[in-house]
Amino acid sequence: MADIEKHEDEGGKAFDPHLARRLLRYLRPYRLRATMSVVLVIISSLTEIAGPAIIAIAVDLFVKPFAGAQPVGVSSRIAEWLAAHGWTMTPLQGIDVAAGLYFATLGANFVVLYTQMVMMNLMGQYIMYDLRKEIFGHLQKLDIQYFDRNPVGRLMTRVTTDVDALNEMFTAGFVAIFGDIFVLLGIIVVLFWMNWRMAVVLFSITPLILLVSIWFRRGARVTYRQVRVRIAAINAFLQEHISGMSTVQLFNREEKEREKFDGLNARHRDANIDSIFYYAVFYPLIELIETVGIALIVWYGGGQVIRGTLSIGALIAFFTYAQRFYEPISDLSEKYNILQAAMAASERVFKLLDTEVWIKDEGTLEVNHLDSIEFKNVWFAYNDDDWVLKNVSFAVQRGERVALVGHTGAGKTTVTALLQRFYDPQRGMILINGLDIRRYTQASLRALFAVVQQDFFLFTGTVAQNISLGDPRIGENAVREAATRVQADRFISRLPQQYQSEVRERGAGFSVGEKQLLSFARALAFNPPVLVLDEATSSIDTETELLIQEAIQALMEGRTSIVIAHRLSTIRSADTILVFHHGEIRERGTHDELMRIDGLYRKLYEIQYRETVAATA
Amino acid sequence: MSPLRRLFYYLDRHRASLLAGFVCIAISGAFSLAKPMIVGNAVNDLVKVVTRGTLIRYGLLLIGVAAVEGLFLFLQRRIIVGASRRIEFEMRNDFYDHLLKLPVRYYQEQRTGDLMSRATSDIGGVRTLIGPAVMYTINSLIIVSGAFAMMIRIDKTLALISLAAVPVVAVMVKTFGEKIHVRYKAVQDYFGDISARVQENLAGVRVVRAFGQEANEREIFGRMNREYVTRNRAQIRLTATFYPMLHGLIGVMYGIVFLLGSRRMLAGQLSIGDFVALQFYLGRMIWPLIALGWVINLYQRGMASMVRLHEVWSIPPDVLRDAGTPVEEKPRGDIDIRDLTFGYAPAEGRPTLRNINLQVQSGETVGIVGRTGSGKSTLLALLTRTFEPPPETIFIDGRPIESIPLRQLREWIGMVPQETFLFSESIAENVRFGRDTASPDEITESTDLAGLTSDVASFPQGLETVIGERGITLSGGQKQRTAIARALVREPTILILDDALSAVDTATEERILSALRDIRKGRTALIVSHRVSSVKDADHIIVLDEGKIVERGTHDTLLAHDGYYADLYRRQTLEEELEETA
Repeated sequence: MADIEKHEDEGGKAFDPHLARRLLRYLRPYRLRATMSVVLVIISSLTEIAGPAIIAIAVDLFVKPFAGAQPVGVSSRIAEWLAAHGWTMTPLQGIDVAAGLYFATLGANFVVLYTQMVMMNLMGQYIMYDLRKEIFGHLQKLDIQYFDRNPVGRLMTRVTTDVDALNEMFTAGFVAIFGDIFVLLGIIVVLFWMNWRMAVVLFSITPLILLVSIWFRRGARVTYRQVRVRIAAINAFLQEHISGMSTVQLFNREEKEREKFDGLNARHRDANIDSIFYYAVFYPLIELIETVGIALIVWYGGGQVIRGTLSIGALIAFFTYAQRFYEPISDLSEKYNILQAAMAASERVFKLLDTEVWIKDEGTLEVNHLDSIEFKNVWFAYNDDDWVLKNVSFAVQRGERVALVGHTGAGKTTVTALLQRFYDPQRGMILINGLDIRRYTQASLRALFAVVQQDFFLFTGTVAQNISLGDPRIGENAVREAATRVQADRFISRLPQQYQSEVRERGAGFSVGEKQLLSFARALAFNPPVLVLDEATSSIDTETELLIQEAIQALMEGRTSIVIAHRLSTIRSADTILVFHHGEIRERGTHDELMRIDGLYRKLYEIQYRETVAATA
Repeated sequence: MSPLRRLFYYLDRHRASLLAGFVCIAISGAFSLAKPMIVGNAVNDLVKVVTRGTLIRYGLLLIGVAAVEGLFLFLQRRIIVGASRRIEFEMRNDFYDHLLKLPVRYYQEQRTGDLMSRATSDIGGVRTLIGPAVMYTINSLIIVSGAFAMMIRIDKTLALISLAAVPVVAVMVKTFGEKIHVRYKAVQDYFGDISARVQENLAGVRVVRAFGQEANEREIFGRMNREYVTRNRAQIRLTATFYPMLHGLIGVMYGIVFLLGSRRMLAGQLSIGDFVALQFYLGRMIWPLIALGWVINLYQRGMASMVRLHEVWSIPPDVLRDAGTPVEEKPRGDIDIRDLTFGYAPAEGRPTLRNINLQVQSGETVGIVGRTGSGKSTLLALLTRTFEPPPETIFIDGRPIESIPLRQLREWIGMVPQETFLFSESIAENVRFGRDTASPDEITESTDLAGLTSDVASFPQGLETVIGERGITLSGGQKQRTAIARALVREPTILILDDALSAVDTATEERILSALRDIRKGRTALIVSHRVSSVKDADHIIVLDEGKIVERGTHDTLLAHDGYYADLYRRQTLEEELEETA
């Protein structure tokens, strides 16, 4: 349990100049917007602060709530200024003017705040858009090896959660900090302007607020982390015990598991009750400090009013502002966490963006036809010295059919991966039309091959989209034609919306045979010169099996083909059979030749095809 | 029981603390409302001649009142929110308890994620309803009505105008709150679509690259990404309207109090102290007003969650669980299957099992082979009553299986399922799962029998090594052997291995099987396997095909028969030879 707690929420730096500079680059395209946002935030703080001051001054100038009440300080200066400009008003008029001004600031505040919020949040969205685009684009370039090593879930986090944390920083963090600071500064300035002594007395409680806020944030964060760890434990437990319910019931473990759950659940409850403590103390304490502020105003400010050094309006203003300056102080302490999370997220995102791509276009040659393929003494390992292919050499001429056979893990699939340059071999060379494949562009190289993989990856979207992969060059007719040639049109036409039927996640709802036919249609639609096929081993009913055999023949027709073969019919029609064993080609030849040798191939053949032989014989 | 009744059942259990909490709310509310009055009086006194001593008294009075208010604020939160956490705890326990009683077939139709979200976020939603929502409602009602009463004493017109703001603010918060919530969910859902797209792109990276679709994928992602920004824009506008509007509305209330209040002061109808007090009362009312609108949404969501929970609670637990008469004597383990025909959905299609007849004496071993889908696992599921067999078709020690209490039946059986399910705990804990009274020696003994000892020795903490995400990853074979140890530690009368050695190499398999042979006395064993080597020494071997027994006999008689079994044997022998050539 201790390990999880460490991983959950590692506190890091809230500011890292290097990361911050790099993050700022994303702000650059929107610098006008960002500057405007800051300006608007300042204006909105000003309009927010103006209201109480207007009321205070109006009370002093026009209401004069008791006999002998005289404007002092700011109010008297404004009164002089008004008189100097010859603006005299009856008290009623004055109040109307003040109210008008007050409502005007309200209106202005609304407009400014609205504009600023829209502007700033949209900017956050645009930056997220840019970041996601960049990350996704980079993911499209990264080596396949990177995907072998990083689980999809982790990469997803980069595009989603981490980008969100950065958005939080750009919107809630960055500009809002200015907002809080300006409101605070504004209040301080206004109060000092009205009566600096009173202001000093009032602000003497600020450290108290700061301390309480920091104490609360810290305590609440610790308990919140506890709560999160414990709810995570509940989730993990439920996940496991709901999936494993049959095991629980088979072993009569209901009672025991109930007790265990009760334990986890109780820990979660207790953590929550602990966290209530901080909230239960914080809010009343802030309320108490606020009241202390008011009491200070009553005592000290009241005294000043009596002595005539503070106007009654200013007293009211102090009352109002005293209730307003807790929020920004308390908010500021929260921003620290946002920055901290954003720094951690940006570090992870940048690490992904900085991951180097090793397999790049090394030449600009475009290849668009095929004469020959040759593997020349190819050695390859996914990890260090763990050789998957050892000194593999073979050649395929245009129009030939080559079948790769051998046990699982013998290296057959690796051959097809190397051919598409998903990886580069450590030693040896792969040649197409006599030239190293690294000299061609990846796009033109891969366009030579139609690849059908074992696991028939289907995407969500329509059947048609799965055949064309949404490639705009492949029109509706091409899709239909391809489907018809591999005889997939028959089951497609039985679907509720034919080619427009939705494919659910991972092709759920389609049988293995249907998925296979769909991926054949996909390969055919792209109509490349070479077919690379990894035949499925899964057994299917006889009718579909026949369909598939016919489809494979259609696919191979007029094409060079390299097939990892499991079907006897495919193997028999091959010009050359390469028998792989532990990363080496151990036998090669036609079916008849290899049967005569009485070696590996013959054994493989007898294991896998005895039944089929018996059935067809 | 209706969802509401169920909710009240929980509330009722905590009525004492809830009531105490309400009392605290009332007290803190009363003190909180006293403060503006004190400030107002103090300001009024300023007009007359006062000493600084009076002012200090006012200040101290304020602090004293605030202290009492604070104390009860603290208590109200602790008591009410604490009670809501306890109710959450009870509900979640009861919910899980209910899940434990639901039959296995329920889980085959249900998605784990869905049940999880009910057990966590829905219970959380109900908790919010009971705790914060109730607390804020009562608090708001007391403050708003209290403040209103105080304001009426000061100035009727102004009080009424402020009162008019109550529904305006509450309705505004409610409508906007709901809209923002709906919009937010819509945006989140769309984001879910984007995530799914990215997920697929990454999982299908080889297809994307092989067909050169990178640019096209970028284009599609770009479009979705843009659409996401567009959808967010609407959400942003909504939030950006709501917050300043609320802000403005509150400002307007202050403005009106100022405008009318100062006119009254001019006319001598309102004292400056009362004016200050009015402003303070207004300030007191703001948060409760917002809270009122907000809690309406909490109620709606909480009740929706309660309904979703209720759906699961209304599913009756497995009633047959506790039926039957307990068996007094020690079980022998004779199994008698008579003319068993069974289908999961009897109405449609061919039954999964047809006319199965099988007699096994205590101490015997039965080997079952057959293709995938031939009905092997179904047969075992019926024997463990994971699914109910038709009555009077399976007998154990001469008793129809349905007359034996489920607990007892399962106590007799040690099952190693096809898909090994282990828990993320230590190996020892996982073995002890079989029998929690097992002593450490018994656990070592059974891991020994299961051929796990040398593996365990290589683990960092031996038997205490945690497996799963937080610990080490076991290989398929190690998992299977742990599951075997778990079954053995039960000292079962009937031991069932459902293809439980598939990931174990032949040499280890041989060692485990011979260890099992030694302890098989007085135990019946059923071994399902794809491998001939696992079953060749069994007393009976049956071959299942399409739900029927198509061959039966011993290894030798079946080889002589030269059918499916003999063919399987030959192929597997060849395969072994091939391994050796390597």
